[in-house]
Amino acid sequence: MEEKFINLTLKVWRQKLGEKKGKIETYQAKNISTDASFLEMLDIVNDDLTIKGIEPIAFDHDCREGICGMCGQVVNGYAHGEEKGTTLCQLHMRRFKDGDTVFVEPFRAKAFKVVKDLVVDRSAFDKIIQAGGYITAKAGGAPDANNLPVTYETCELAMNGAECIGCGACVAACPNASAMLFVGAKISHLALLPQGRPEAAKRALAMVRTMDSCGFGNCSNERECEASCPKNIEITNIARLNREFLSAGVCSTAM
Amino acid sequence: MNWLVRTFSCSVAKKQFMAVTGLAFCLFLTSHLIGNLFVYGGKDAFNAYVEHLHALGVLIHIAEAGLIVFALIHIGTALILYFQNLAARPVRYKKKSNAGGRTLASATMPYTGLFILVFIVVHLVSMKFADHSTLSTFDVTAGVFAKPAYLAFYIVSMVVVAFHVNHGFWSAFQSFGASHPKYMPIVRGFGILFSLIVGAGFGLIPIAFNMIS
Repeated sequence: MEEKFINLTLKVWRQKLGEKKGKIETYQAKNISTDASFLEMLDIVNDDLTIKGIEPIAFDHDCREGICGMCGQVVNGYAHGEEKGTTLCQLHMRRFKDGDTVFVEPFRAKAFKVVKDLVVDRSAFDKIIQAGGYITAKAGGAPDANNLPVTYETCELAMNGAECIGCGACVAACPNASAMLFVGAKISHLALLPQGRPEAAKRALAMVRTMDSCGFGNCSNERECEASCPKNIEITNIARLNREFLSAGVCSTAM
Repeated sequence: MNWLVRTFSCSVAKKQFMAVTGLAFCLFLTSHLIGNLFVYGGKDAFNAYVEHLHALGVLIHIAEAGLIVFALIHIGTALILYFQNLAARPVRYKKKSNAGGRTLASATMPYTGLFILVFIVVHLVSMKFADHSTLSTFDVTAGVFAKPAYLAFYIVSMVVVAFHVNHGFWSAFQSFGASHPKYMPIVRGFGILFSLIVGAGFGLIPIAFNMIS
């Protein structure tokens, strides 16, 4: 695709460090290459703001190749922008038209506090993982290969869950700010494999309880998470979480 | 007993309460619609059905008590979920778009639910608790449907019920984790079909009453 240069009007959420309130500010993004990524566009705008003596827009980013889960903003009302299966760093400016007005807001949830501008604190996800998103394995020599039979299909399903990069787009997109897709993916990728089974019941209860205590909303099967997930993780993972929770709560000895 | 409270107060358990009570209401809708179809047999067939139903005696009272308990659980849990979900996003987006998951039915569940509650109150007051001493059930019902305002309200209500069931039916299966690559498409398809049957089936009953009486 041929490189072009476009001009945009940005409506960006600005919130000072340590303050609870913020507001939308309007900036012009001028002469932006359509080959630039969304984050590169923000870099260019920040250069311009710095020269003008305005505090640059703070935003999270790290790998910029769609695998780390650090970036994430709500662009024109879509978590990670409108393009499907894409993190914000992989969203390119060729998806926008010259003269577009673009709203840029942080992920909104009670459990994700805004730190500054577009940076949010997603440590609630860490708390959920600490509650049970792991397996207990004894150290020692590596077990024999194929000692634990896992079918190819099961392996693929577990990998689908494990693809979750913990970016928080599911929470941002959910009308109820629920973290069920994240927790569903994390529970699924362990529950599907034999190594994850011994602690499955304890894990399901602990992770759901921690999710609730962090202040996330309740799932109402709106499927906005699935439609916004940059890794295309499906709500069948939420169904598996519901199943695991039900059997753990009713049938297991885990309290 | 601590585990019981801890488990049943969880977000997932609340959804499962909604699911089990919602599916029970789907069963009620089915039996209610089958009963109402007797109107197509004429006034006598309908009144005979009503008589047979009331002849069940204590069984009817048990079913009614069950429906009331289920309604209290469904509405109570819905209120908790609604306010918790509202609180989970204290600062709203200035601009929010639909990524493609939401439907009109799923987005309006709390509001269609509230509408149905109002409808049920009107329905019970105007029919079940109306004066049956001199008139047969058919005549009481036909009397209500003869008023254009009631007729319109009933038909609109049935469209609202259809929307609520449209999202609620498959959603109940999802909440129980009953998701299977073979059966989920069938559940979703049946949910849509069932909502259409409920909407059209009940929606045509008032018109049938007007045509017969």
